[in-house]
Amino acid sequence: MVSPNTPETPGGAAAPSAAPRSIHDVVIRLAGNSQDGIQSVGGFLARLAGRSDQDVMTYMTIPSTISGGPSIFQVRMGTGDILSSGDRADMLVAFYQHSYDAHIGSLRPGGVLLYDSDHVTPVEGDNRFTQVAVPITSGTVEAVGGAGKDKGKNIYILGLIARVFDLDVQKLAALIKERFGGKNEDIVRNAMLAFDAGYAWPQNNLHDLFYRFEAIDLATRASGRPQVTMDGNQALAYGLLAAGVRHGAGYPITPWSSIMETLRTELPKYGGLFVQCEDEIAAISTAIGFSYTGHLAITGSAGPGLSLKMEALGWATMAEMPLIVVNVQRGGPSTGMPTNVEQSDLLQAIYGSHGDTPRVVLSPKNVEDCFYIAMEACRIARTYSTPVIILSDMALASRIEAFDEPDFPKLMVDPKADLSDRGADFKPYPLDAITRHAPPGSKIGSGKYPTVTGLEHDELGHPTGSSKLHTQMTAKRREKIKKLGTSLPSPELNGDSSGEVLLVTWGSTWGPGLEALKRINTAGVKGGHLHLRHIHPLPDGLEGIFNRYHKIVVAEINDEGLYGFGQLAVMLRARYANPAIVSVTKTDGLTFKISEIVAGVARHIESARLDASLGVAQHSALAKN
Amino acid sequence: MSSPTLVSPPTAAITTAVPLTKKILTADHPTWCPGCGDFAVLASFYRVLEKLQYPHEKIVTFAGIGCSSRFPYFVNTHGGHYIHGRALPFAAGISLGNDDLHVFVFGGDGDGFSIGGNHLVHTARKNVNLTYVIMDNSVYGLTKKQTSPTSPIGFKTKTDPTGAIDQPINPMRTLLNTGATFVARSHATQVNHMVEMMTRAAKHPGFSVVEILSECVEFYAGAFDSSIPRKGGTWSLIQEKKNDGTPEDADRHDVTDEVAAFKLAGQAWPGSFGVFYENNVRKTKNVLEAELVTKARERTKNATDLQLLQATFAKMR
Ligand SMILES: Cc1ncc(C[n+]2csc(CCOP(=O)(O)OP(=O)(O)O)c2C)c(N)n1
Ligand code: SF4
Ligand SMILES: [Mg+2]
Repeated sequence: MVSPNTPETPGGAAAPSAAPRSIHDVVIRLAGNSQDGIQSVGGFLARLAGRSDQDVMTYMTIPSTISGGPSIFQVRMGTGDILSSGDRADMLVAFYQHSYDAHIGSLRPGGVLLYDSDHVTPVEGDNRFTQVAVPITSGTVEAVGGAGKDKGKNIYILGLIARVFDLDVQKLAALIKERFGGKNEDIVRNAMLAFDAGYAWPQNNLHDLFYRFEAIDLATRASGRPQVTMDGNQALAYGLLAAGVRHGAGYPITPWSSIMETLRTELPKYGGLFVQCEDEIAAISTAIGFSYTGHLAITGSAGPGLSLKMEALGWATMAEMPLIVVNVQRGGPSTGMPTNVEQSDLLQAIYGSHGDTPRVVLSPKNVEDCFYIAMEACRIARTYSTPVIILSDMALASRIEAFDEPDFPKLMVDPKADLSDRGADFKPYPLDAITRHAPPGSKIGSGKYPTVTGLEHDELGHPTGSSKLHTQMTAKRREKIKKLGTSLPSPELNGDSSGEVLLVTWGSTWGPGLEALKRINTAGVKGGHLHLRHIHPLPDGLEGIFNRYHKIVVAEINDEGLYGFGQLAVMLRARYANPAIVSVTKTDGLTFKISEIVAGVARHIESARLDASLGVAQHSALAKN
Repeated sequence: MSSPTLVSPPTAAITTAVPLTKKILTADHPTWCPGCGDFAVLASFYRVLEKLQYPHEKIVTFAGIGCSSRFPYFVNTHGGHYIHGRALPFAAGISLGNDDLHVFVFGGDGDGFSIGGNHLVHTARKNVNLTYVIMDNSVYGLTKKQTSPTSPIGFKTKTDPTGAIDQPINPMRTLLNTGATFVARSHATQVNHMVEMMTRAAKHPGFSVVEILSECVEFYAGAFDSSIPRKGGTWSLIQEKKNDGTPEDADRHDVTDEVAAFKLAGQAWPGSFGVFYENNVRKTKNVLEAELVTKARERTKNATDLQLLQATFAKMR
């Protein structure tokens, strides 16, 4: 028997008959029930990939029932950049008949089906796939024995996958020990028994299923820092910590909760605190209270909670308080599809609340970017004394990716509140400068202490009914956000710098967008891909970029609305008055498949070509009129 | 939290050696109607601050929305005017954000018991260290005479033209129920009493609340006459236990006795005035959170922020 635990067997070296076939990446979908520990297999694979300098992206579903119920974990691992979780799986592991029934459609033709022969009867003679019967349950029971029943099936499968993909067994064993090490030793031993049994099985049964990932191009890993593996919510929380945020308040809601849980656990170590409030209104209020004391604070929620925060957000805009609001989007409206992804809170984030409330909206493009966008949000909130909304989403929140550890010594921000004395000329709301509040505790030279207020006010914070001041102060609040817009870097533009089509994405649609562009270019269409991280204000220069393409196709996960355009497309059309801006939208609660974007783009290109051949003027021609 | 690592040391350029006087503490001229009870509350608050002599820059006066909530504009301290009903969670952020501050929140009966009712419960039960003064006029003043949660049945308002029909809340019972650790009741016609109640509330470690009956002369004149002696009412002061061993003492009110406090709260209108309840044993949230920090810092051996983050990321390799 080949056992990775026996010292004489170096991990993965004793290959089955054939030499491994080299692959760039693989998409493995595990389908079972949530109590089977599917997520932890995914977690092991993701962290292993991270430790192996491979890129990894995972896609998981949170079961709608609290315990039990179907659950899947999809992991795509491979060499080089992994941009999306993959349209279809190369390998499906089905633990139960219902897993098989529900997910066989996600397996690509030619893919490999591994099914538990103790539970699943696949359609006979289905030769679209390589079907492999694996005694997952009985193999696990046999290996582990005792009272554990079939506990450990997940680790059995992990062993099997390790063998098939020639993974680094030493590293995996170390991960298993780290994971279970804290518990009693029996658990580690049983896990390793299940792992070994799973690892041994292909030796005699799966001769030709043997792969190895392409060698890493080390030049692409130039940072010199090791990779870390985590989900988007963790990355966001740690980004806030690096940015010097030490205070926060929230109310639980999926998929935001894990951010507040992380912060509640971590902040006391840093001398800070996170308050669980009675509701989202109290949470944003407490957070603004923290900010008022000079400690930039964070609150957050998902769509329904963001709606509750709106009145207070209006106050923060009026009183010009720095604040970070995280909104991890999910399917809406109302409780909607609480464990699915959607990008349907964009307009709420930009325009929600009452009155004219210019504010900043940023959106991270992947898990790594959750870290950096959190840092950027804090810098902006402090520099411009403004609320900043970070629009993440369910996909980013729950998916695990590997990325280079940030350069912490360079990045760390000092969290100290500035309680230094303010001069006699201190004004909280100067018309000719950006507001810099004096937190309570700081002495004011004039002896006149400032009031922060949601009423329209003069430069000293006194309420006013003056129309002139309301006009001036409204402009003050607007102009500082516009000023930020002019300082933003040009957005990421990939592919051709002019051509038939420009694909525009925001948020977690970045990866699928970039992959879609590759396919579009490969098909011989000249086109580019533009990704927006700064949604509001928009960076300068987009107009010129848009004018270089015949069609600007905005792909986003939300509804086309009454007028046929997704939410970012509505914004861009209003801003640039460019009729070439069109939409590809969807509301199935899932991340974009590359093929869906490509098909949407193709549809628009076709119609543009048709328009052209019928002599319908293109916008660029119109623009010259 | 006044974690020393999170606050830069104050510069010593400006000296505040001059004692705080009413003159220094006076800011904008109040916009209240002449005769409004709130003037007396404001005058009493100046006297409280004159007595306590806190460092000027460490006093914060905060409020929600309502006539009474305009209070912070009239007091020259750090302060703010927030949104309707939500001043308490904001003030909790102030108190927990900087433990050195003396935080006072003012507001009306609608602000506190209606739209802000749930915040009152939770800020109180958490025992956040701050002082909350509810100026109860049993009506919505700022919005010009609608029914408030303390309006008595039969009181005619614009929203109840034939008289209020809904059972009003009993403020004292409500406040006792929240878990507030200092609960008192006063009257805007009794300046000395207000000063005493607010002073004790300010000194109390934890969530202290004083309900002050403050007449809205514009929309509910005469609301509290039954407790004004010169208008034929009775002013019934709570006699607090002195523990002096005298026979009279047995009948006096033990402010640490919650059951006795509830009994007092159940008295017929206009009831009694004074301290209903005081609990100096329960820890404040400020202290509890600081303890969490201390424990966490011990566990992590006072590692620097950089070391902490690096160690966390090392585990995620
Ligand atoms: C969200 C919101 N709803 C309603 C109002 C209107 N409003 C302002 S003050 C107030 C009631 C004030 O009554 P109270 O709190 O008793 O204060 P008073 O004016 O009597 O001192 C109302 C309903 C508001 N400002 N905000
Ligand atoms: S309306 Fe009533 S509460 Fe408001 S200021 Fe006038 S008297 Fe006072
Ligand atoms: Mg009132």
